[in-house]
Parts: sequence; structure tokens; C-alpha cells
Amino acid sequence: MKNSTQNPMENLMENRNAKSNAARRGFFKSSAGLASVVAFQLGLNSTGAWAVAGVPGANDGAAAKNPQRINPFIKISADNRITLVVGQSEMGQGISTGLAMVLADELGADWSTVGWEQAPNDLAFALPGGIQSTGGSGSQRRLMPLYRRGAASAREMLVAAAAKQWNVNAKLCRVENSFVLFGDKKSSFGALAEAAAKQPVPNEPPLKDRSAFNIIGTSPKRFDVPAKTNGSAEYGIDVKIPGMKIAMVARPPVFGAQVASFDATAAKKIKGVTNVVEIAAGVAVVADNTWAAMKGREQLNIKWKENAADKVSTASIREQFIAASKAPGIKVREVGNAAEVIGKSANIIEAVYETPYLAHATMEPMNCTAWVQMGVKTRGQAAAQEDRCDVWTGTQSPSISENSAVAASGLTKHQVHIHTKFLGGGFGRRSELDFVAEAVELSKQLNAPVKIIWTREDDMRHDFYRPMTYNVFKAALDDKGMPSAWAHRIVGSSILARRAPQNIKNGLDGSSTEGASTLPYDVPNFLCELATVNTHVPVGFWRSVGSSQNAFITEGFVDELAHLAKRDPFEYRRDLMAKHPRQRAVLELAAEKANWSKSAPVGRFRGIAFAECFGGFVAQVVEVSVNAGNLKVHKVVCAADVGLAVHPEIVKAQMQSAIVTGLDAARYGRITIENGAVVQSNFHDYPVSRIGDIPAIEVYLTGNDAAPGGVGEPGTPPLAPALCNAIFAATGKRIRSLPLSQVDLTKA
Amino acid sequence: MIRFTVNGERLETDISPTTPLLWFLRDNLSMTGTKFGCGMALCGACTVLVNGEPVRACSMPISAMAGKRVVTIEEIGKTPVGKKVQDAWIAEDVVQCGYCQSGQIMSATALLTKNKAPTDTEIDAAMSGNICRCGTYNRVRAAIKTAAASGSAASAPATKAARKAKASS
Ligand code: FES
Ligand code: FES
Repeated sequence: MKNSTQNPMENLMENRNAKSNAARRGFFKSSAGLASVVAFQLGLNSTGAWAVAGVPGANDGAAAKNPQRINPFIKISADNRITLVVGQSEMGQGISTGLAMVLADELGADWSTVGWEQAPNDLAFALPGGIQSTGGSGSQRRLMPLYRRGAASAREMLVAAAAKQWNVNAKLCRVENSFVLFGDKKSSFGALAEAAAKQPVPNEPPLKDRSAFNIIGTSPKRFDVPAKTNGSAEYGIDVKIPGMKIAMVARPPVFGAQVASFDATAAKKIKGVTNVVEIAAGVAVVADNTWAAMKGREQLNIKWKENAADKVSTASIREQFIAASKAPGIKVREVGNAAEVIGKSANIIEAVYETPYLAHATMEPMNCTAWVQMGVKTRGQAAAQEDRCDVWTGTQSPSISENSAVAASGLTKHQVHIHTKFLGGGFGRRSELDFVAEAVELSKQLNAPVKIIWTREDDMRHDFYRPMTYNVFKAALDDKGMPSAWAHRIVGSSILARRAPQNIKNGLDGSSTEGASTLPYDVPNFLCELATVNTHVPVGFWRSVGSSQNAFITEGFVDELAHLAKRDPFEYRRDLMAKHPRQRAVLELAAEKANWSKSAPVGRFRGIAFAECFGGFVAQVVEVSVNAGNLKVHKVVCAADVGLAVHPEIVKAQMQSAIVTGLDAARYGRITIENGAVVQSNFHDYPVSRIGDIPAIEVYLTGNDAAPGGVGEPGTPPLAPALCNAIFAATGKRIRSLPLSQVDLTKA
Repeated sequence: MIRFTVNGERLETDISPTTPLLWFLRDNLSMTGTKFGCGMALCGACTVLVNGEPVRACSMPISAMAGKRVVTIEEIGKTPVGKKVQDAWIAEDVVQCGYCQSGQIMSATALLTKNKAPTDTEIDAAMSGNICRCGTYNRVRAAIKTAAASGSAASAPATKAARKAKASS
């Protein structure tokens, strides 16, 4: 919202009050004493309230006037407009609409009069683990119960207010389309809101029966689309604070290198450059505008200290991985005795699979605006002075951003205010805190608001990459061709070692092995081992995390087993899934919709794969042709069981999106290291799919009865193996290393 | 002084002539709908129309704008084709994170202004400079077809046969 530039201090103060009241009130348990806080519409934190303005047939979208805040999730204005507050970050996955639907349905709201607002950093919106964060395809999966409770609580308070007014039994009142009804009495939520806010907060508000849902399961228009088609949607990079500086940071080419010395004389001569200062991340060139900051940074002369990693390359890391693969790793999961069976078997197969480092390359490069202020006068309390730190950014985790800002500013959590903007892509990259820490540090040094913008080159060379891995497989087939033993040794680097070392159990980082240690295939002797080799290359969560590479590896290898057994790869998998009906149903649906039992059109070949990731089950059939080494991907048929699909069209859109992410990675994605630094820099040497590369994509959903599973990521893992299995069908060439751009498909 | 128009408004500026149009729009005019994605004319996020042609604003120095007419995403909905494109984008729920979409819409508007019923091949050619990391490409294509099929008689729905004929001509 553009209001951010109008009266920032007022908005800042209001937001602060909102946060503290939400926190103090304790929402579910506390009494009504603090309830009648008048909420406000125009906080800097609001990313897109009433974003549907002007769309015929949709909500009319005018901002609600002085809405009454019922609880952190629900605000209602006198004209019966409802603002649904969502604490998850909108990065394209549609969660602003999806969680608003959950709130509206449980509340009993008329969908045509609701709007959405982005919550501030507020633990009222936290995941069960206690932080406010968007990732792991967990928003509906993990938060639907919290949001339903929030809305049910508000509904009960509205009903209680009506019952009191009418002097009737609340239990006999009904709720419909933003009204409370009893006999011939009828009152709008808007008319009841003020009284409702004073009602006691119910402890365990009853939840609707699932059969009573009438918004969940439908596909209304997304809230965020109109603003994203006319330039008005505000992303982190768009934030403008009066008096704000723009900065670019020269970061060490070799991760972790320190500044030895720098000469800023030439940089300071650039018109518009105001300061050049060293911060932990590197050397910041501060200017009045972006172009001056960019030009100034080019003029910097920096000497970096020598670093032990100066000689490291992808090849040298690979050598380390190969060496580590020779020794047993930590046992992740073991059934029976795979080594013994393989040792005795006559029909064995071995293979090595490799995956490269990948960048996230979100469309919006990293950026963050911060303002650390010491001794700000608090409105209405002339005597009181306080220190505060405001952060405006597209973050997947307000809580992690808050921690980062606390550390960098030296202030307390209560003094830090995170204003989550639209994210121009997340994919795991925006779950990091580096961009927040540096902006807060710089603002504190400058004593001014500052926005640090990363160029594409900064973004690509200072990412937290999907880990490169090296995998050794051995398996034995029984006399029926089914696997009697499976042994998989994974060598890679640990993400959790940096992100959450407390979650590494017995040396085991589960994110390295997800999608590999538990498979839906029953093999009597199974061993998955992990050897962790950490390097100076930072690794991080990348859309679908471990499953993104492990599905390529395991599903490629399963295909090899099927081929060795001279079995159809779909039927082989289906037989191995005998004890996993839910997974099998998804696999069968994909095969059926892809006409697997009939041959592909002349010159085209199919591959199939299945993966399970963050509670979502997805099978894909990819159809390709390969002519003179040129790959064309014609079609992807995708079947998914994500449990209850809150908004089926968004689920389908996420599957399409995840498939394209999988295609990007399988075909082109590759970050390499030379002399300790990332080689690639922009989309010319880190290519991604363009419109002409994109196949027809069909998505089919099943399994709507189960609890919600993951949606945003599970569509990515099966793509690479299904694609490579199709290439094998077409060419006889088994792809064991990605990306395909590095593979010569003219040779079998 | 460099003089040109942005969204119909005449303006003049004496900022450093090498400043890319993108940063002039974003920093000086506070028109942030035009996005920064790569700075090297590789991604299309910064696409604007200059005298009706799609141009990558990140790689276009302000000095080259003298006497030109610039139209950005903030104003494209006021043109008949731009409005149809925006409506189609909403009808098809094209958008995900949305960061690439200003550029997609500008490129699509430029295409449909010249070619009322583009074939798939023509769509590929016109849109190949616009990257979408969220993978909305198939919906972009569908929305371009929806926009082409909507509105005036001049843009009556292109039949498959007509499209084919055009593709091979
Ligand atoms: S920012 Fe201009 S083409 Fe990418
Ligand atoms: S919608 Fe996110 S990059 Fe296109």
C-alpha cells in the first residue's frame, strides 16, 4: 500500500500498539479487559488489504472504516466488511487467499465482503513450533487448526453479543453470511462487532463440521492478482521511507573472506554517493539513488584477506565427496542386512548419481529496508522515549527476521517491528536472515533509514545453495526381479549444521536424507547412509529441500531396477507399493491420465516417477522426444494427493509452478565454484526455462478427504526423474548426473 | 535537459544521462511497478513501452529517451489492449509471486497491439524475453489467448485454422 509514504511515524506507532496489544491480550485465554482496541487499516505492515478493489463481481474492496478488532485474525467494520489477517508470507503460493478462506468459512462470513491484511510479526500467528514462518509447504498443513480456532472464537463472541442483546440462548443462534440469526431476529457482524470484542474469549470454541464448509474447497479469485497486474503491489524492493538511502554492498567473492583494506576515493566521487562504510557483510556504498550506489560500488577498490577456501572448486569438493563415499556413513535407516544380501546375490546393480549446487534465483533479488531509531518520542506520551527498529522486507519468517534485527540492532524483540511485504519469490531463500542483518547493521551505523538492494549478480553469488550431492547405490534383485536389497550412501553437506544445529541428531541432518531414507517401496533389506562433508559453500533450503535431489536419485535408480528386471516401470513401482494404497492410488491416477497403457505418439517417449514430500504425494508422467540430441518436453501429467485442497485451482497452479521449477533445475540448474567463488552470475550463465520450453501440463487431484498436506513443494521432486526416465526410454541413455545441459544426448 | 513523456505526462530531467530508465522511474518518479530482475536485459521484469515498442528499461539510458513516449504498467490499463490484457490476467489467475508480471503484461500488450490473434509460435517469440521463476508460463499463454479472443470484433476468437494459416504464412 502506498500509504507507507504518507505518515510513516503515525503508522509505525499504530503498528507497535497493535503488536503489543495482541501479545498482551494472549488472545485465546485472556479476559476481555483489553479487547476494545480500535484497530486500524493503514499500517505499514499491510501488504494488500482489500486488494480486490475494482474487480467486477469480486469483493468491492473499499477499505473498511475503523474496523473493530475482535482478535488477531478478525477485524470487522460497522458496514459489515471483514478484514482477515494472515500471518503467513505471500510469495505467490496464494496463502493470503487460502488462509483467508479458512478464516471466512469458520467465521461464517460472506466471502464477497471480506478482504485480507498482512499481519505484523506476532506470535499469535506462530506455527506449533513457536515461530512465525512460511516454508516446508506447511501453512495449511500446520496452521489450519490455529486459524480455524481464531475464527471460531470470533464467531462465538459475535454470537454471544447477539444473544445478550436479544436476551436469548446463544446456543440457539445461527450464523450465516456475516449475520447472526435467531428466529426472525437478525444482526450483522458489523453491528455486533463492538459488543463482541468485549465478550469473554472462549477457551475451546466449537469448530464447524467439515460438511458445513462452503468456502473451503471452492476456488474463488485470488486476492493478490489485481494489484499484481497494475504495478500497485508493494514488494520489499518497492518500499520507500522519507529520507531513505539506497545502498549496495560489495561482498567477498570467496564466501567468508574478510576485508583487508579498501579505497573509496573513486566511489565517493560518484554524484549521489554519500557514504562508504564497512559492515560485516562487506563494504557498503550508500547513495541517494540506486544508480549512484551501483556506480559507486563499481569504483570501490577492495583487497580481501587470503582465505583457506581460495583454492576450492566444484572439482575439489567432488573429490572430497568421492573420498567420503568410500567409507560407511551414519546409518539413517536400516532394515534387514542389505550388504549381506548384495554380497551373496548374483543379480546386482550399482550406480553413482550426482546433483549440482543450485541457486534459488527468486525473481526479486534480495533486498531489505531498515530504520534503527534511538530515542523516538512516543505519541501521546511526551515524556517517554523509546528506541525502535523497523524492517520492511519480503521475508518467509518474520520471527527469524526479528531475531536477526534484535541481534544487529541491540534492541529487544518488543522494539523490533517487521513489516512483511509481498515476496517476489521465496523458494527457501527468503527464510534466511542475511539480508535483514546487514540492513539493520547499516541503518544503525548511518542513523538513517536505508534500503540495501542486491543485484542479480549479488543474489546468485551469495545464495545458500541447494547442496551438491554424490550418491552410491547398490541393489540386488531376487529371482522375480524385485529388489531384495537396496543400499544407498549419500554424501553431501548439512543445511541444519548452520540453520539449526540443535536439530542434528546423532550427526544426522534429516534434510539431507528426506525423500531417500523412507520410500513407499517395500524392500526387505534396506540401508540408507549419510556421510556429511561440510565445505565453505553455504547450503540452504531450496524448494522441496532434500526430496528435490533425492527423488531424482532414488526414482532414477528404481527405474534402473525395473529395466534390469525387464519390467514396465509403472507396473514395477505399483507392485512395490503394494502396502501403500495412498501412494499407489496417485501413481495409478497419473498412469491412467497419461494413457500409460497405450503407447505414446510416434517419436515420443514417457517416463514416470513418484515422490512424497512434506505430506504431499505426487506422481508425474513426462512425455519427451529426443531428435539428434535435442530434447523436447511435450507434456507432463501430474497426479497429486495433498489431502484437503482448500483452493483446488491454487493447488493446481502450485503443481504447475513446482513442475517448472523441476524443469529449470533438471535442464539447466548448475552453480559451480572456482577459486572459492561462484562462477555463474546472471540468467545468461544460469539459464532458466522460458515460455517456449514449457510443456503442456495437466494436474489431477485426489484424496480430498485427508487432512491438508503440503502443496507448494511436493510437485517439484518427481519431475527430474520422470523426465530422465523418459529420456532413457527415448535414447537408452541413463541420466545419473544433472543438469541435462551438461549431457550429450546424441550418444547413448 | 532530457525531455520526454511518461504515461502522458511531459517531464524533463537533468539526472546523469547514463541512468537507466528503470531507476529513473523507480527512484525519481516513485513508479515502482516496473521491476528490477537482472539489469542486463535478460529477464524482462523491467519491460516498458517506448513509442509502443517493448523495451528493457534496465538497459536503456535516460539519454535515449529524449522526445520519446514511455508507458509503464501503472498506466497500461488505460489503453484498450492493456485493459483487455489485465482483465485476462485476472480471469486466468495468471499471477503467483507477481514480480515478473508487470513485464509479462507489457510484453503481451505490445504483442496484442500489433497482432490481434498471435499463434503459439508468435507468443513464444514475443514473450521469450520474460522470465517467470514461478512458472506461470502456461497461464500467461492462456491469458494472451483470452485477451485476444475478448472484446471488439476486430479481435474475434482466432480459430485454430486461422492461427495455423498465420503461422505458416
Ligand atoms: S531487469 Fe531489465 S531485463 Fe531484467
Ligand atoms: S509470478 Fe513469480 S516470477 Fe512470475
